[in-house]
Amino acid sequence: MEQFLQQIASGLANGAIYACVALALVMIYVSTDHINFAQGEMAMFSTYISWQLMTWGLSFWVAFILAVVFSFVLGVIIERAILRPLHNAPVLSIVVVFIGLLAICNSMAGAIWSYLIKEFPSPFPKSSFGIAGVIGPHQLGVVMVTLIVLGLLFIFFRYTPLGLAMRAAAQNPQMARLVGVRVDWMLALGWGLAAAVGAVAGIMVAHIVYLDPNMMGGILLYAFASALVGGIGNPGGAVVGGFIVGVLENMVAYAGNQIEKATGIYIIGNGEKLTVALIIVITVLTVKPAGLFGRVVVKRV
Amino acid sequence: MAALLEVKGLKAFYGQTQSLYDVGFEIPDGGITTLLGANGAGKTTTLRAICNMVRTDGTIRFDGKDIAGQATEEIVRLRIAHVPEGRGTFTTLTVDENLRIAAYTRRDKAAAHADLERVFGYFPRLKERIQQQAGTLSGGEQQMLAIARALMLRPRLMLLDEPSFGLAPLIVQEIFRILKRINEDDKVSILLVEQNAALALDLATHAYVLETGRVVMSGPSSVVKNDENVRKSYLGY
Amino acid sequence: MPAFPKKLLWVLLALAFLVPLLHPLFPDVVSDYRLFLVSTMIIAAIAVLGLNLLTGFNGQISLGHGAFYAVGAYTAAVLMDHLNMPYWATLPCAAVVCFIVGYLFGLPALRLEGHYLALATFALALAVPQILKYKWLEGVTGGVQGIVLNKPEVPFGLPLSEDQWLYYYCLIVMVVLYWAAANMLNSRSGRAMMAIRDQYMAADTMGIDTALYKTVTFGISAAYTGIAGALSASAIAFVSPDSFTIFLSIKFLIGLVVGGVGSLAGSVVGGIFYVLVDNSAQALSLFVKNDLGLQFDLSAYTVFGILLIVLMYLMPMGIVGGVYLLMRRLRGLRG
Repeated sequence: MEQFLQQIASGLANGAIYACVALALVMIYVSTDHINFAQGEMAMFSTYISWQLMTWGLSFWVAFILAVVFSFVLGVIIERAILRPLHNAPVLSIVVVFIGLLAICNSMAGAIWSYLIKEFPSPFPKSSFGIAGVIGPHQLGVVMVTLIVLGLLFIFFRYTPLGLAMRAAAQNPQMARLVGVRVDWMLALGWGLAAAVGAVAGIMVAHIVYLDPNMMGGILLYAFASALVGGIGNPGGAVVGGFIVGVLENMVAYAGNQIEKATGIYIIGNGEKLTVALIIVITVLTVKPAGLFGRVVVKRV
Repeated sequence: MAALLEVKGLKAFYGQTQSLYDVGFEIPDGGITTLLGANGAGKTTTLRAICNMVRTDGTIRFDGKDIAGQATEEIVRLRIAHVPEGRGTFTTLTVDENLRIAAYTRRDKAAAHADLERVFGYFPRLKERIQQQAGTLSGGEQQMLAIARALMLRPRLMLLDEPSFGLAPLIVQEIFRILKRINEDDKVSILLVEQNAALALDLATHAYVLETGRVVMSGPSSVVKNDENVRKSYLGY
Repeated sequence: MPAFPKKLLWVLLALAFLVPLLHPLFPDVVSDYRLFLVSTMIIAAIAVLGLNLLTGFNGQISLGHGAFYAVGAYTAAVLMDHLNMPYWATLPCAAVVCFIVGYLFGLPALRLEGHYLALATFALALAVPQILKYKWLEGVTGGVQGIVLNKPEVPFGLPLSEDQWLYYYCLIVMVVLYWAAANMLNSRSGRAMMAIRDQYMAADTMGIDTALYKTVTFGISAAYTGIAGALSASAIAFVSPDSFTIFLSIKFLIGLVVGGVGSLAGSVVGGIFYVLVDNSAQALSLFVKNDLGLQFDLSAYTVFGILLIVLMYLMPMGIVGGVYLLMRRLRGLRG
């Protein structure tokens, strides 16, 4: 039983990470219809920035905030400089550019900081944090930080004029222009926020998966699965999808473990995590493309 | 009366296709002007051209200043409100948000709040549905929402594209009554594009008739209304 | 896209077959190592050709062709290792297996378009190394260790070195596959494939069985790339899961984009190009370190990434398409 609870708790911690990256993907998707294949690598790069700042002597949280701000600016710049001119380009061109970004982020991180795996600190106090036997201090901290970030984002989008303008620009860009919203800047801002949320996920997960240029590959795949499960056009769904997929991932491994214990037959375990994500992605895409919470807007004329 | 909007030699293109050839007209400050014409004559395109939503060429002067070539959102910020064809509802936003988004660019938050109350005075039905998702409103309500949203921009000029489209006659009458009040009480000049020529000519003080991207006739509504060609082609008697 | 001038093609081909014979005259220029490098370029060209059939000619985006390459490579390796099958016989087997796998993957892909198909194939590419390490397959695939093979032996006592023979072997396979692809594209089926890419709705209403064409194209495309994978298994004499990461698929994409989306000749140029850059990466890195004085391990992927983005701005038709346009313009100037 305790092991079961542990699995759920660690699933929620993973889920929090997936939720953040999935939300980043969805934020860009709803406003531009693009799937940012470089989202994970951008987050990885930001994580290295925070690591670098820490090795220069800054404290974890200062480095965290600076790296997140850096990511925001980088996201805005990438949208304005690279994607804006291609807005009417064919899908293939857009996809190719994202893959180009992925390759650049990955190889630059390798070039600057090398491909050696690095330890990454946890900012959460070991003794007083966590619930013994259920959830470790870092995992609990990850869940809390991501929930705070997601809550702030919710408040921003729901209750501020700028958030409203961004939602309007994403939903109906033409009309948003007709009420004076500078839609191009809203898209860039969306990119910046997405990059920032991704950075939060990267910095939070680095202590668990260790820091290396390929750390986000699997997480990105899970984030895709999460976004799809929640409905790729639905930010709230992406967050819930993240937690669902995070728990599901651990449950599958747990069930596989139990089966192996009981019958001695190995079916599935931690080694098949990416395969599980692949199956989720393809199943959702083909069977239920709108996802579990795919919002269907009632349109009446 | 001085011209609020002055359009000269306006051309518009969709890709390689030209759809406006040398359109010119003037909208007097405080008046209601209507553009008449058959389907495909270029009425909607003219409205879109004013807001730079199609590729255009020519002069467009608003309040004496040339606005041609400025970005749509900058033109809107000069207080030109465009109520587009199909109403442009933000379907996933609530009615309240649909209205508040139009006040987004305004610095005078208190006045914006007062405007919201005034708009609800025109359209009490919107107030009842304030927290409802705008996509679930009926067609008439969405048209009201579109006009209400345009009012929240505190416009000097309102461009209306087929406000009667697809609506029941009673609702159309109600909307046109409100448009008249908006024009008279709020001093909003109006440029109205309408299929329903009789209705438009009753409301408007001036009329222009477009045919295949050119102005073929213009004058006070009372004159245009009695022109034989207009009667035959657009009024049906 | 222009047909490649036929005469030029024949001349190039004849030269390609003559090159190894120059070895006694210029032993340093036509070295075994260089021939091996060219062989890997040929293999890359075939892989890119496969991707181009799907993405360039049929309009289905794949970011996961590394998966089919892996399936081809492993099919060949397993057949050679476990069944002692001769290396040349593994090619048709790899083709059949990859055709089936591609066809099956093409079925769900039918329901996906543009970004979504890119996403599904991207996910596939990410998961491949892990699938290859799956415990139940370990006995066959060798797990993390992979499978060590022998290089193809020179047949009939021909007076060739191993690398020279490998070169001829790859060259012959490519010529056959290129010829088959060119013929297919020139046929009714080829035109149907391209019609689906350009005007999906129209093709559908004209009575083209779009679903069948799309899935079969997926299969053929996977078979081409799979054959390239099988060749690579022979050439490198080794397969292991971690050589088939997402970055392999990215290389194919580079080849596709550089050479030209929807150009057979461009696929060859693209394949050659990415192997060249890949192999010059070290020199490049040294250049950056010594000559530019930056403490930087510049990798080929930085170059690839920048190229991908820059090409989308400057030459969305790829180098072959770009050169063709340039030639036409020059000719236009003269005329």
